[in-house]
Amino acid sequence: MAKRNAPEVNAGSMADIAFLLLIFFLVTTTIETDTGILRKLSKPNDTPAVSIPERNIYQVIVTSDNQIMVEGSPMEIEDITTSAIAFLDNGGGSGNKTCNYCQGERNPESSDNPDKAVISLVSDRQTDYKTYLTVTDQLIKAYNHLRDREALRLFNTSYKALKLERQNWPQNDLNSPEFLELKRKIELVEDLFPGKLSEAEPVKIE
Amino acid sequence: MSKFKKKKSGDLPAISTASLPDIVFMLLFFFMVATVMRENELSVENNLPLAGEVEKLSDKNKVAFIYIGKPNEKMQKQFGTNDVVQLGDKISSVKQVQDYVNTKRNKMNEDEKDEFLVSLKVDRNSKVGILTDVKQELRDAYALKVNYTSKEGNSMKNIKK
Repeated sequence: MAKRNAPEVNAGSMADIAFLLLIFFLVTTTIETDTGILRKLSKPNDTPAVSIPERNIYQVIVTSDNQIMVEGSPMEIEDITTSAIAFLDNGGGSGNKTCNYCQGERNPESSDNPDKAVISLVSDRQTDYKTYLTVTDQLIKAYNHLRDREALRLFNTSYKALKLERQNWPQNDLNSPEFLELKRKIELVEDLFPGKLSEAEPVKIE
Repeated sequence: MSKFKKKKSGDLPAISTASLPDIVFMLLFFFMVATVMRENELSVENNLPLAGEVEKLSDKNKVAFIYIGKPNEKMQKQFGTNDVVQLGDKISSVKQVQDYVNTKRNKMNEDEKDEFLVSLKVDRNSKVGILTDVKQELRDAYALKVNYTSKEGNSMKNIKK
């Protein structure tokens, strides 16, 4: 009797089947965005208790026709990060308000130290969201730039890298000394440049 | 000499398509893994802006989504063309935000409640006004952690024509 081989399965149509599935998934799914700018809202009826001197406020106004006013004069959005960095990093205070890590101009007319400096963002109700978000993004960029600089100076790694490390830390290991050390580092950098970005109620700007 | 001549003989060899299924499967698996099924059907336009300083959203179970934008073409007859808020599956009024957020939060475990986060998916062409109203409601509901959901990229491109 002749040796019988099992007949070979024809795999020629495999590609067609796979294509069919592929096209199904391509059509039915949308990649959902899961990134965004994290912000913390202030508590309800939270009014500033102490008055802040004018030099410590960096006033950003976004008008209804999507123009930016910084400290009363118009500015291009491109320049707002550099300008905000100069304000936060100014370190013009003296005595117990001295900022020994600031590298700014130490202009007495500008902010005393990063802890005192507040950026106030006011937007009109008719402002476009994309402009508002761009301004917010550029201002946060200023904070993150300065935090990066301090993290590099103190721990030889960027603030961004520290945050990424915290995010990717295994969930079952949140009490280990290494993780606490990492958290301490992040908090330290954040304390040097606290994100004091306040958003007042949008007002009608004449 | 004959050795070289042999190679030159006639027809082009057929290209083997045996690895085609493998390639297609690879693509297929990529799409299957990379995509997330949408939880809510959108009734509003939702073209998210770009932002550079983004962070990744935490666990989906700790997040409530709020969509803001113009109603899409199907919904415009009913809701007009002004910006509206979509909570869950349907377009709602701003006043319902508190209820929505509280319901979501109450479903969470007690020890995770302070990690509760609201993801604001706002269309890039909406106005800030309605977003402000929503934020005010969120503040009143003590849902203070918000996330302006946006695609990662250079935010300056948002405002360039």
